[in-house]
Amino acid sequence: MTVRRVMGSETEFGVLAQGAPDANATVLSTRVVTGYAAWVARNLRTARGAHGPDGGGPDGDASDVGHEPVGTGWDYGSEAPLTDARGFTVSREDAHPTQLTDEAPVLTSEEIAAEAISESAMYAEDMDWRRVVMNTVIPNGARVYVDHSHPEYSSPEVTTPRDALTWDAAGDVVAHRAVADLAQRSARTDAPAVNLYKNNTDNKSVSYGAHENYTVARSVPFERITAALLPFFASRQIMCGAGRVGIGADGATPGFQLSQRADFFERTVGLETTIHRPIVNTRDEPHADEEHYRRLHVIIGDANLSHTATLLKFGTTSLVLNLVEHDRVPDLALTDPVAALQTISHDPAVTVRVPLRDGRTLTAVQLQRAYLDAALALETELAPEGMDAETAEVLELWDEVLTDLEADPGRLADRLDWAAKHALLDAYRRRDGLAWDDPRLVAIDLQYADVRPEKGLYHRLVAAGRIRTLVDRERIVRAADHPPEDTRAYFRGTAVATYPHEMAGVGWDTVNVAFPGVRRGARIAMPEPRDLGRDVCGSWFTAPDAEQWVREVARHRPHLVTGSDIPPARP
Amino acid sequence: MAQERIFGTGSRREEETDTPEPTTPPTSGAAQAQRDTQGTDDLLAEIDGVLETNAEAFVKGFVQKGGQ
Repeated sequence: MTVRRVMGSETEFGVLAQGAPDANATVLSTRVVTGYAAWVARNLRTARGAHGPDGGGPDGDASDVGHEPVGTGWDYGSEAPLTDARGFTVSREDAHPTQLTDEAPVLTSEEIAAEAISESAMYAEDMDWRRVVMNTVIPNGARVYVDHSHPEYSSPEVTTPRDALTWDAAGDVVAHRAVADLAQRSARTDAPAVNLYKNNTDNKSVSYGAHENYTVARSVPFERITAALLPFFASRQIMCGAGRVGIGADGATPGFQLSQRADFFERTVGLETTIHRPIVNTRDEPHADEEHYRRLHVIIGDANLSHTATLLKFGTTSLVLNLVEHDRVPDLALTDPVAALQTISHDPAVTVRVPLRDGRTLTAVQLQRAYLDAALALETELAPEGMDAETAEVLELWDEVLTDLEADPGRLADRLDWAAKHALLDAYRRRDGLAWDDPRLVAIDLQYADVRPEKGLYHRLVAAGRIRTLVDRERIVRAADHPPEDTRAYFRGTAVATYPHEMAGVGWDTVNVAFPGVRRGARIAMPEPRDLGRDVCGSWFTAPDAEQWVREVARHRPHLVTGSDIPPARP
Repeated sequence: MAQERIFGTGSRREEETDTPEPTTPPTSGAAQAQRDTQGTDDLLAEIDGVLETNAEAFVKGFVQKGGQ
């Protein structure tokens, strides 16, 4: 067995226009997404070599891309209202709005945004709202879009915790680029600059998520997943909490807690993600062959910046899912998981005990160690020849962090977000005699998550050598523009980078391609997350145009392609 | 326990070896403590330079709409 499995992360960023308190959050988010889609279009154009009468360089603005389409559009999963039974795909431009039954939620936000933008004269110079992009897929295979009133980066599918860390951190590079680009443009217009924060609460009763997703065998009963995950998620925050100033959803009670999210959870299990948030979320969108897979959607996590916390978040959760799949979960049932979640979060000493149904009381470290011991036993047993490096790394780091947490949580200030933040806040409290409700401490909490390297305190602490990193900066920046090579994200990202003008809606498991001419196009299905990696399809992208590329795809994988003028699939 | 079982697998995190080791030689506890204090003072001085200038207005203005 191994820590490897298909996984990904989803970051909703806090969005702020300082000096424009009335700015509409959906409009700000739309400027971020549209701006980044234009950035990508410019970048691809530069990479191809600028040519033609309106060729522009990388330093220009949105007008540099002239009338080129910007963004890829989004295809909502496996719904296919535009796929004609006769064998072709209607391009979205040709479809009547009422045909777009698969994107009602986004149309609603689009209408809101268009309305807000047209009402706000100050945006007129900054943005051509007829070319608003609410949803796009970028060359690294990630989805960048407006989710409710936050910009969201959904990472491409990866197969290792280290890659999950790399492509999650790549999303922070994307966020920073978007912010820097808008700042440059704001300098020339009246539009306020927009900044993004990788955190989960405004400390005024509002929370937004940093989700994870994991592919799990559908044969595992969901009840078993829930039973295993409740004690695990209630205690995982001692490693993966991002730290927060203030107790309670509104942060009104002075103090420090381990988690950004803990005080926003009310239930153990449920479907909701925005109200009555449950520790275990039951949303089941496999975005893949649903007979074989479920996609576990995890909403309890904090947005992490620390590499150690991120690696452990994905790594330990994947190992616990192995325990579930092999029916080797330690026998732990909390009396009240929601209360335990909050009790543990409110104890930065990491010594509090929470009650179990069998009468025991355990600390969060003890709960985590029970999972670690079970995982170590299972992984060792299943890999008699020695476990793979990724699995060993996670087990080793998990043990190291639990050992240090038990000895002195202060030791983790160089590895975990909450401990780093706590150490910094404590230093300020000592130097300036600040109480926990001092606005300066709340400001430090918020600014820890600022995505700008020159302002974000996480980034300043890394630069000062105070926080260790596990993946070097060059690799993360590269991952902002390049997909992982061992999943279908490679196919998706490379398609978007190679044939950007022919993309007519891209989704997790579909790529729609529009050919020149009326109602000509193709739909490529990607039901298997581990298929269509670089080894399989890298050479297909040497096709000189999208139409020939689709033929190449159809030649190798006839059953994945439907559309007009495509050779029919062999039976 | 986990460490003993795992350390032999050759899976040490390679990037970590890039992290510069402290270059100063071991010194007495008092000198160490003084240097730590100096280091923290320097760090806070640097962070002071990038902190939002009006913390109260920044915190008050940081209002988000609900998300997932």
